[in-house]
Amino acid sequence: MATYKLQINGRSYEVDVEPDTPLLWVLRDNLGLVGTKYGCGIAQCGACTVHVNGNAMRSCVYPVSAAATAKITTIEGLSEAGDHPVQLAWDEVDVAQCGYCQAGQIMTATALLNKNQKPSAEEIDNAMNGNICRCGTYHRIREAVALAATKLK
Amino acid sequence: MSELTQESRRNFMKLFAVAGGGLVLGFNSTSSIASGLGLIDGSNLPAAAIDFNSYLSISPDNIITILSPNPELGQNIKTSFPMIVAEELDADWTKVKVVQAPLDTNKFERQVTGGSGAVPHSWERLRKAGATARQMLMEAAAKRWNVAANSLTTENGMVVHTASGRKLNYGELATEASKVPVPKDVKLKDNKDFKLIGTAVRNVDNHEMITGKPLYGLDVYKEGMLFAMIQRPEAFGMKLKSVDAAKAKAMPGIVDVVSFGNNVAVVGKSTWQVMKARKELKVAYEPDGTLESSSDHDRLFKELLNSKEASVRRKDGDVDAAFKNAAKVIKSEYQCPFLSHSPMEPMNFFAHVRPDGVELAGPTQTPQRARDMVAKLLDIAPEKITLELTRLGGGFGRRLSADYVLEAAELSSIIKAPVKVIWSREDDMSGGTYRPAVRYRFEAALDAKGNMIGYKLRGVGINSGNPTREDNFPSGTVANLLIDSVEHKSPITTGPWRAPITNFLAFAEQAFLDEVAQAAKKDPVQFRLELLDKAKKAPVGEIKYDIDRMRGVIELAAEKSNWGKKKGVHQGFSVYFSHRSYVAQVAEVKLVKSVPVVEKVYAAADCGIVVNLSGAYQQVRGGIVDGLGHAMYSKLSFKDGAVEQKNFNNYRLIRLKEVPEIDVHFVNNGIDPTGLGEPALPPTGGAVANAIFKATGKRLRNQPFMEQVEFKSA
Repeated sequence: MATYKLQINGRSYEVDVEPDTPLLWVLRDNLGLVGTKYGCGIAQCGACTVHVNGNAMRSCVYPVSAAATAKITTIEGLSEAGDHPVQLAWDEVDVAQCGYCQAGQIMTATALLNKNQKPSAEEIDNAMNGNICRCGTYHRIREAVALAATKLK
Repeated sequence: MSELTQESRRNFMKLFAVAGGGLVLGFNSTSSIASGLGLIDGSNLPAAAIDFNSYLSISPDNIITILSPNPELGQNIKTSFPMIVAEELDADWTKVKVVQAPLDTNKFERQVTGGSGAVPHSWERLRKAGATARQMLMEAAAKRWNVAANSLTTENGMVVHTASGRKLNYGELATEASKVPVPKDVKLKDNKDFKLIGTAVRNVDNHEMITGKPLYGLDVYKEGMLFAMIQRPEAFGMKLKSVDAAKAKAMPGIVDVVSFGNNVAVVGKSTWQVMKARKELKVAYEPDGTLESSSDHDRLFKELLNSKEASVRRKDGDVDAAFKNAAKVIKSEYQCPFLSHSPMEPMNFFAHVRPDGVELAGPTQTPQRARDMVAKLLDIAPEKITLELTRLGGGFGRRLSADYVLEAAELSSIIKAPVKVIWSREDDMSGGTYRPAVRYRFEAALDAKGNMIGYKLRGVGINSGNPTREDNFPSGTVANLLIDSVEHKSPITTGPWRAPITNFLAFAEQAFLDEVAQAAKKDPVQFRLELLDKAKKAPVGEIKYDIDRMRGVIELAAEKSNWGKKKGVHQGFSVYFSHRSYVAQVAEVKLVKSVPVVEKVYAAADCGIVVNLSGAYQQVRGGIVDGLGHAMYSKLSFKDGAVEQKNFNNYRLIRLKEVPEIDVHFVNNGIDPTGLGEPALPPTGGAVANAIFKATGKRLRNQPFMEQVEFKSA
């Protein structure tokens, strides 16, 4: 066990866990930030996507020991009131079915838009292809990312 | 499943006066008011209504609370059920709060998500719940204003007296309305007066989902809760022989390692600690049955197709004579692999077995069955078990089985502590209850004019039950018909998978009928319509589908896709009736550098009245993506009883880039809703395979398609 100071959603946290604990389980089991989801544990489905220093990262394979100096954002920290342009677009387009993968989808989409405010359809497809939605909401995911881009200031 | 009698259904409304005022409408006067209430998050309920159980309550501050009893797994029931109540109530939708009800067999019936049955089953009950409350609110207003009730109207959560211009909102009338005798008969709205039903209403859980609030079973964290993962036999047909848990027990955070049945459970203080410790278990297994491989099944299918021991499912006319007299016989076989359900949220459940009762919480499609099985397992009265329903991160039929609920309960009873059992993705994919592997042989006899005079279908499957739907189309359209089946019993466990059986049968049948149409030199759409015409004029035997509704979707899909008139694209047709609803689809394939690319799918659906247009589009598009993805890419195979695909790295699910454009149309014929969770899935494989045939001349008869042809799905 070791103590780690983490910067998550603009707040400081201290956790005492084993160094190889994936960030995913620290968020969920230790910090109560359960919006980040477990889907596959091998970085294949994207349900666990968070931002590490602004980049989309699969938290299920990202050890807490690597996160100590990073700025981490989870779905809970995307906005205070749930009104980030990507969240608003997700609501407006009514993307979710079961909803389980959508936090990861939103974090992937936000990371894309942070770097590329006017993505082409192809760029949206490339960015979002790594996130599985078992319900098949892919059409609305495409639509919501494009809509979110128009909402960015 | 407890079913209310007709009599009790008629008298199902009962009114309770609410402490502090307010109106609560329930379905059963005898239900215990206190039962299960601790499970509802009190913060979701307005203060005045908090002590009552029911579908619908109205508080004096004008908040309308509707309990949604059925498990929500993405079929959008938690939005569409309350919409139906709110429609008849003429409620202001912005004032409606929706709360997921826990399992309560006294108050609700059929708290099940499966069979596309929730809306069809509850449609009238929910409408009456809204209409009865509306009537009582109007009578309360009539009394207060001293006017005739029939001089009043309602709109957007208000009772209105147009003559005098007076208005009161429902909250202001709730206390008085609660004292009005419950009307026996209430008038339901005319369909044309629907304001909410048929519109696109956003998911009531959107805000929670997009902000990462705890909603799902895996998000359940209770006071003192331990975490557990279970090592199960590595192959079907194996049983536990011995366990050496010394090293695992010594790992950090591990509380205990216990064995029960074939399970070895590692219990600890966090998910990662039990995941890690589990790898240190030394478990030995020994054979307990045959260790089957997919190659065994391939051989077995050929034997079973020629078996003399088939169960006859339907027999019309004289099939032998028809085939003897045939001018042409067409014969084809179709096969599908096992499939994993793979909901994005792996199996999990929370259980706390105490001396005085059991607390359960988590994702299940059948809470009552899960509870009753736990009651039997632990030898405890069902009334002493509470079950809190979380939102389900997908289900697809997997959570109709209660195996993972029983495991959690049994483990908690052994360790005498609250525990959440978590399945890894690998556990989920190797843990069973798969879509069964099935092979079909179809035969059709044509006369000299190309009329289908004989039809034979044999279905053989591994733990498939009856893999035919003997009364579905084309039964009833052919004079001489024989449908039979043979099942192989296997240690590999199977269960319902979204659109059970029809998820593959529809593909096989609709692809085969395309072959028959081709042999008869008929247009595939025309061929199907001619069969329906025949059945309409002179039905053969019993017909359990509605000929006109099937014709309706065929014609609508043909019209919207401009069937047969497009240049440069290759179209394939398919239509299927399942779970009471009808869906026809046209897939369009283009050849790009001689590789077929699925560019578009048109769908025409008849599910009766569409309740929520947004959710309905999702069910149809999602069903098509599901059907397309699994037909093209997914396969679970076995070697010596063990699955060969354990995670998404080699079990392929369809991804965003692979979905074609999908164009959805609803018939909207005013028939009461007939269900939409499954019916859009079955036709997709057939439409796509038939289009690929047109484009390439290659018939796809086995799934997944990717093993047989180079293609792109979008």
